[in-house]
Amino acid sequence: MLVNTIQRGIVIDHITAGRGAKIIEYLDIDTKVNTVAFIMNASSKRHGRKDIVKIENVIDIDMAVLGLIDHQATVNIIENGKIVRKINLQLPDKVMNVIRCRNPRCVTSIETNAPHIFHLIDEEAKEYRCEYCDDIVSVKGGLLDEIMH
Amino acid sequence: MESKNLLEPMDLTVEELEELFDLAEKIMEAPEKYTEACKGKLMATLFYEPSTRTRFSFEAAMLRLGGQNIGFSEAGSSSVAKGESIADTASTVSCYADLIVMRHPKEGAPRVAANSARVPVINAGDGGHQHPTQTLTDLMTIRSLRGSLTHMTVGLCGDLKFGRTVHSLIKALSRYEGVRFVLISPEELRVPDYVRKEILDKKGLDYREVEQMDEVLPELDVLYMTRVQKERFFNEEDYIRLKDRFILDEEKMALAGEKMMVLHPLPRVNEIAVEVDKDPRALYFEQARYGMYIRMALIMTMLQGKRRG
Repeated sequence: MLVNTIQRGIVIDHITAGRGAKIIEYLDIDTKVNTVAFIMNASSKRHGRKDIVKIENVIDIDMAVLGLIDHQATVNIIENGKIVRKINLQLPDKVMNVIRCRNPRCVTSIETNAPHIFHLIDEEAKEYRCEYCDDIVSVKGGLLDEIMH
Repeated sequence: MESKNLLEPMDLTVEELEELFDLAEKIMEAPEKYTEACKGKLMATLFYEPSTRTRFSFEAAMLRLGGQNIGFSEAGSSSVAKGESIADTASTVSCYADLIVMRHPKEGAPRVAANSARVPVINAGDGGHQHPTQTLTDLMTIRSLRGSLTHMTVGLCGDLKFGRTVHSLIKALSRYEGVRFVLISPEELRVPDYVRKEILDKKGLDYREVEQMDEVLPELDVLYMTRVQKERFFNEEDYIRLKDRFILDEEKMALAGEKMMVLHPLPRVNEIAVEVDKDPRALYFEQARYGMYIRMALIMTMLQGKRRG
């Protein structure tokens, strides 16, 4: 399947198959205004299957959120139809209002306006610690979906 | 003191702790010299959860320093009953008071308060999470009666999962040289992952987890007993099954060394038999006395200290 190249914007490639929709949701891209191409289950030499998201005329996106949802994805910044920058994603050191604390004793379960803040404690195990109650959560694979906002 | 708030033990450096212990000892020696140390200052005690010792200890400490207290001792008598958020309560109260002391059943509540308060906030216990001023009390008791906080084996027994005083004490003691931990609890009440991963494992501390008390008693310098807390369980059956697992009595005390210190954050239910109270190694009531003096030192220091940010 062919999707036209974009002149200016972002191409998020090598997204783990099935994660593309989540990425569009959490990057808070206004799909009523922006031109977005979303390809699901494209063939991939590296992963077998992958999702791809192309967003026209948007450069500034939240890399921390992207890194958390799928840090194996690659991000290419496009200007004048050419890749001007490649960004390697990493798990962010701190994330705010992306994942929720699942500890029923945590203050965030009652204080609705308190931002949900987590700090990376173990990159390999993909574990984060809640700033308030210190509960540890893993964002590995399907576990992430359970604790996302 | 560098830090604006005391939310967890690590908010104080080892040097700051030493300064607090020294000041508390000076106050104990001559309390009459400090009767006006906080004159004109107002402390708000916001207790969303029942407490006898901690609240009385804080309020007595402030009154003995010449300051005054305002506050509530149950959430039902405050605006919380009307649905006010912790952040808003803290913002409002910091218009009236110079210092906020908060106890709350939810973990991390004092941090939420500190984020919106304009005065320093002290965590007086947040759910099963942390209780840093109990830790100050524990450390001061050990330091005063044993002479040092280094090179000792500390046994922590009972509910290590929800026992906030245990989490704070392990955190604080992790910075002292040569401290070994023996964690005595049923499997269901072992220390939470963050204590094991972020403190014990990360710092490479010498610790082991056991399910029996008898075999380890002879090697302990300090035995820190805790209550299995009914209010932390969502399921009463679990509480009933676990509550009588560890009971320290004369028979068990006979297994321990002559100098082993028995501490308990109190209140106790039945985990220490009353017959143990007369044993000179039972120091838990002495501990409560130290608690007021260390809180006096803390209040004085926080009210005089430069606020950060």
